[in-house]
Amino acid sequence: MNYQSLSNLDIAIAAALIFINGALSVCLKLGLGRQLLIAALRTVVQLLAIGYVLSWIFANAQWYVVLPVMCLMTLIAGLSAAGRGKRTYAGQRLDSIVSIWVSSWLVAAVGLFAVIRIHPWYEPQYAIPILGMILGNTLTGVSLGIERMIHELTAGRGQVEMTLALGGTRWEAAQLAARQAVRAGMIPTLNQMSVVGLVSLPGMMTGQVLAGESPLQAVRYQIIIMFLIAAASGLGTVVAVLLTYRRVFSPQHRFLAWRLHRRD
Amino acid sequence: MHVANNSVGFPAVLAWSAKPGRTEHDAIPLMQETFRLNQFPLIEAISVSRHDNPGTGWLLETLNYALNPGDRVAITGPSGAGKSVLLRLLAMLDAPDSGELRYRGQAIADRHIPDYRRQVCYIAQKPALLDGSVEDNLRYPYSLKVHAGSRYQRDAVLRLLEHAGKPVGFLTRHASELSGGEAQVLALVRALQLNPQVLLLDEPTAALDPVSVQQVEALVDAWFDASRALVWVSHDPAQALRVSHRQHVMKAGVLA
Repeated sequence: MNYQSLSNLDIAIAAALIFINGALSVCLKLGLGRQLLIAALRTVVQLLAIGYVLSWIFANAQWYVVLPVMCLMTLIAGLSAAGRGKRTYAGQRLDSIVSIWVSSWLVAAVGLFAVIRIHPWYEPQYAIPILGMILGNTLTGVSLGIERMIHELTAGRGQVEMTLALGGTRWEAAQLAARQAVRAGMIPTLNQMSVVGLVSLPGMMTGQVLAGESPLQAVRYQIIIMFLIAAASGLGTVVAVLLTYRRVFSPQHRFLAWRLHRRD
Repeated sequence: MHVANNSVGFPAVLAWSAKPGRTEHDAIPLMQETFRLNQFPLIEAISVSRHDNPGTGWLLETLNYALNPGDRVAITGPSGAGKSVLLRLLAMLDAPDSGELRYRGQAIADRHIPDYRRQVCYIAQKPALLDGSVEDNLRYPYSLKVHAGSRYQRDAVLRLLEHAGKPVGFLTRHASELSGGEAQVLALVRALQLNPQVLLLDEPTAALDPVSVQQVEALVDAWFDASRALVWVSHDPAQALRVSHRQHVMKAGVLA
């Protein structure tokens, strides 16, 4: 290893820097001292916890350990994608989980087996971080896509029903909203792809460089990851929007607006 | 049983009038068809009902109703009486909790509902317009699959607009600049150019000035003939008398 190992003392030194923020809060009467303390503690506790979990998984690199962890990660991503937006519908949680699951696993499989070609197939050192990165971005796309679909259909109810009343099919009535929703879900990924390397250096690439990997190799990884993220996020958004569409339009070409209700 | 049997012939009947490339040989089947079609009401509601969430009462109590060719029906009544509920149900925009609708004696299969709505057009109180010119809005229905057999005809539209006292220049105006009355005229012309057999009007003039009310009524009069039918929901008893031959009052989900 040609990088510096870090001790707990090193963390303590870095933590001292937080006191600068604390002092600022006191001097400027921001009233953020308590929140700052809690945020700093959460950073330490959450990251240490995941560090231990990952160490344990890497030490027990068996499929029956790795697979459940990947399932759990996907489930959490699906659930948190469903938690946003003012309005919701019965089944949104399931739709989020399904769309994230299908798209992320499909794309991760291509990335891991066809591009990076890991061996064995459940090699946690690759499988977990790569699935994690894909999930994190897909969850944003899915969540924005569903949220926008619900918004467009609620705000544009008059137009949706006008199209139906003129003899339009349910898809003809929904397609404008669906297009807007898919676009909304894909924009963050597109933005990210167009500024990567200029405005931001991605965490994974930075990490690989810090760990002693050559920048060119790190960049190759990053490019692959960006494409995997874009594919999964796009696919996930489309699946999520289509699932939402099926929930709020009946086969009788009716718009079931009552299914879109305020979140309790 | 009869539902499944009847629904089989439905698309052929509906598709007939829009079929392009019609020849003279088709004239005889057309006469037979016309004879057969006139035996039945245009729309028949058989024991349809709709209630709110279980236990909270009726939106529409069980109703049997036939709308025949030549019928001009007005429905008045206090708000919340279920007038819109009935109209939306007839347009198949909402599902009944029981009962069924028939069009010209035939049950309506799910996949033929767009066809049904081509014939039975619902006009909302608040017209929904697309962002664009008046003409863009008028062209819009022809982008839908169900109207693929017909094309936008400017002359026919201009004739309709004439009945509402609108000049040619109306076509180029932007939909967002229109007054409430002009928007409703546009929504109505957009529907009438498609030659529906039945119009379901849900208080189309509720928020309009007297001149616009007159224009809307004139447009509907121009479209109407003895083969067609209309149901006009209105809050104004004088208008109800003016636009219809038969008047009903609706109270608490009951049509009387």
